[in-house]
Amino acid sequence: MPKIKVDGVELEVENGLTLLQACEQAGAEVPRFCYHERLSIAGNCRMCLVEVKGGPPKPQASCAMSVNDLRPGPNGEPPEVFTNTSMVKKAREGVMEFLLINHPLDCPICDQGGECDLQDQAMVYGIDKNRFHENKRAVENKYLGPLVKTSMNRCIQCTRCVRFTTEVAGIEEMGATGRGEDMEITTYLNKAISSELQGNIIDLCPVGALTSLPYEFKARPWELRKTETIDAMDAVGCNIRVDARGREVMRILPRTHEDVNEEWISDKTRFVWDGLKAQRLDRPYVREFGKLREASWGEAFQRIAQRMNGVNPDRVGIILGDLVGAEEAFSVRQFADQFGIKNIDCRQDGTPLGEKGGRAGYLFNSGITGIDEADSILLIGTNPRLEAPVLNARIRRRVARGGCPVFLIGERADLTYGYTHLGNGPETLGKFLASDQQGGAKPMVIVGQGAIDRADGPQVLAAAYKAAEKLGAIKDGWNGFNILHTAAGRVGALDVCALPAQDGGKTTREMLDAAKAGELDVIFLIGADEIDTRALGATFVVYVGTHGDAGAHRADVILSGAAYVEKQVTYVNTEGRPQMTERASFPPGEAREDWAIFRAMTEVLGNALPWNNLAELRSAMYKVAPQLMRIDERTAAPTNELADLGKVEGAMSADPFRSPITDFYMTNPIARASKIMAECSALKNVQKLEAAE
Amino acid sequence: MSVRRLHPVQPDSFAFNAENLAWAKAKIAQYPAGKQASAVIPLLWRAQEQNDNWVTKPVIEYVAHMLDMAYIRVLEVATFYTMFQLQPVGKIAHIQVCGTTPCMLRGAEDLKKVCQNKINHEPHHLSEDGNFSWEEVECLGACVNAPMVQIFKDTYEDLTPATLEKLIDDLATGRKVKVGPQIDRHNAAPEGVQTALTDPSLYEGQRTFVRVEPPPPPPPAEEKK
Repeated sequence: MPKIKVDGVELEVENGLTLLQACEQAGAEVPRFCYHERLSIAGNCRMCLVEVKGGPPKPQASCAMSVNDLRPGPNGEPPEVFTNTSMVKKAREGVMEFLLINHPLDCPICDQGGECDLQDQAMVYGIDKNRFHENKRAVENKYLGPLVKTSMNRCIQCTRCVRFTTEVAGIEEMGATGRGEDMEITTYLNKAISSELQGNIIDLCPVGALTSLPYEFKARPWELRKTETIDAMDAVGCNIRVDARGREVMRILPRTHEDVNEEWISDKTRFVWDGLKAQRLDRPYVREFGKLREASWGEAFQRIAQRMNGVNPDRVGIILGDLVGAEEAFSVRQFADQFGIKNIDCRQDGTPLGEKGGRAGYLFNSGITGIDEADSILLIGTNPRLEAPVLNARIRRRVARGGCPVFLIGERADLTYGYTHLGNGPETLGKFLASDQQGGAKPMVIVGQGAIDRADGPQVLAAAYKAAEKLGAIKDGWNGFNILHTAAGRVGALDVCALPAQDGGKTTREMLDAAKAGELDVIFLIGADEIDTRALGATFVVYVGTHGDAGAHRADVILSGAAYVEKQVTYVNTEGRPQMTERASFPPGEAREDWAIFRAMTEVLGNALPWNNLAELRSAMYKVAPQLMRIDERTAAPTNELADLGKVEGAMSADPFRSPITDFYMTNPIARASKIMAECSALKNVQKLEAAE
Repeated sequence: MSVRRLHPVQPDSFAFNAENLAWAKAKIAQYPAGKQASAVIPLLWRAQEQNDNWVTKPVIEYVAHMLDMAYIRVLEVATFYTMFQLQPVGKIAHIQVCGTTPCMLRGAEDLKKVCQNKINHEPHHLSEDGNFSWEEVECLGACVNAPMVQIFKDTYEDLTPATLEKLIDDLATGRKVKVGPQIDRHNAAPEGVQTALTDPSLYEGQRTFVRVEPPPPPPPAEEKK
């Protein structure tokens, strides 16, 4: 490992590190615009100039020079790097002067103002006078779609956006046309970007050239209250920061978490915030003479109590939705236990997860970081690009590194990387089991919800397990049998066992059938909107949720809850990592946090839940599911029961697998209420039509 | 140089003719597997030649499909190099007037004025009959014979406003024109007759030359202990 001296501090660094990284390790700050740790090195902004001893006697771009490129001194002294000499300062001031030649002085009307790299670094390296007396160049603004606003006069051509879309997002749509002063960042003939990760170029842009279009002129960074919390749009559990002004959520940004989302988030995560303001249920409603009318909490609870009075608990059902936190699922579980309700199911899509195989039977067992180690990946009935875009970017990076072939059984789709399409459905899976296909050292099987949310789900899950076993994916030190969830709350709900009772409890599918046949009197929908509400028949429907979506339209009583940024709950991501959300704003109007609603409702029903605050609820929950206590720790699930998954009778149907997500931008009630998401969805449909032509 | 964009009016389609297609396939085969994108410049240029000497959107997309490249990558190349014309050029001649220092000193400005008067006031615009267009370019490497213009693959050197006007008229009427220097000069040789190295004995092989070695350098002084 080479030794290097940075500003007089000697340290040993890894081979192949750049000077810039070595300087960072030594604690010296180096300004930069084009360099980014997760992108390839471009070396075109020249802001990171340093002085070196043991290399060429001129200012060096530290991002593009390796520590191995420097020679030791004549007596073996380590090469030296200086970041604070007058030569360095002068060189950087020169670069800054050139950058500012064509950069407009519109900071007061620029959305990046206050969080702009160029602005900050100009405070250090800028000079107060302008020696350039010509006209500044003018560049036409480009259309990049409904999410990214461009103001191309401000562009300093760092090409971070081009490198991100090409390398991480995997779409070759952005580029730099022209040359020299006339170089312009654009998409091909001003087409909208088609990636689900495009919002990240807003964060990457070091100046105000690419800014958020929905957030345009909405707020300044210093007037926002920043809350670090967890995303609930997919089951990856991306770490986010919610910026709010007053009670209004203004925007959502990613936080760095190396093991989960690195520093990317999907567009749905980033731009869903306008859905938090629209279509909200801000008070309880009850249905009278076929119409919903506003009601007080007491009235709503009374209505439920009247209906529940004397009802056989076997004729009551509970279905939990996708955005339910673990605490809420546990409250509901407790409610069901206290009232003897056997029909409770957190799998509104109808998968058999959690019934067999223990905890390992429903987790992404290898962990999200396991993707980096895998040496082959078999996707079964999943489209990770739509189901978990950030996770898909990780698979793409693994594939791009080489030595990791991807196979797909399911719908063909553009996953942004190459794969071998084996077939469309269970038939191919059967053939795969019969073949003599061998796995490598760390094979990975990813089972999507689209493969198992069908009537033959248990059989498909069994076949997928057998495939994993055949490939050798389950062994000591490596468990490559992975379930990719799409719902943020699913794993948490499974962890607290919000499942049908062993002795005759009905699953979602059975509950809906029973409701259709009139065998169910009351059904509680806890944020469950993705079921077929027409099947509910004449059942009395209690809907607990946030948005006026499918469930609320059918409801007889609506209890208004809190959305994921308005409550403190635990979401367990698909790999089993519990993470806790923070409250960024308050629920609107009379709406309350869901656990408090259940507590109050059970009191009216005559058998109150045994806790009075969130802390008591949590300590009860941790007794049932102790792994939820270890926040942000992924507890590997024991595999001793996993073999039970394979012990299923019956044959698979011939229907091909379908991804559960047909429209990426419309997967949950919050997204469906969002105008921005609607716009994206409409645009995507147009793009699909164009691609089909 | 100015911002280079695709022309607003574009044809519907483009495809190589049989001869060029065979040539293109041979060209692509020269590069190792997976590196076909390296053939983008030769292919674009050939396509430009076939397509009335300008690059259209269908050309870009055709070449991109052929090389399995993203459209934007081919567009980047086409807009980077000024040798790709992104708008229609004169059917008979697209005159590229060299405007770099030697030519400028020898009167390239006057040649530009001729083009402005005879073709179009603006560069990259067609003449009224659509047969001519012109632009100013950087050094074309014939500085000895400045000022000069290039028309497609031929250069016309040692021009004056009068000879350029005549050249344009001759091209327009289809008369034969002389390629290269437009004065009494062979290639880049001196104008008229040779004025230096005229001694015939230089070329008869009778002269002998003696190599004079420089004296060896003095030995280094012994180091003082």
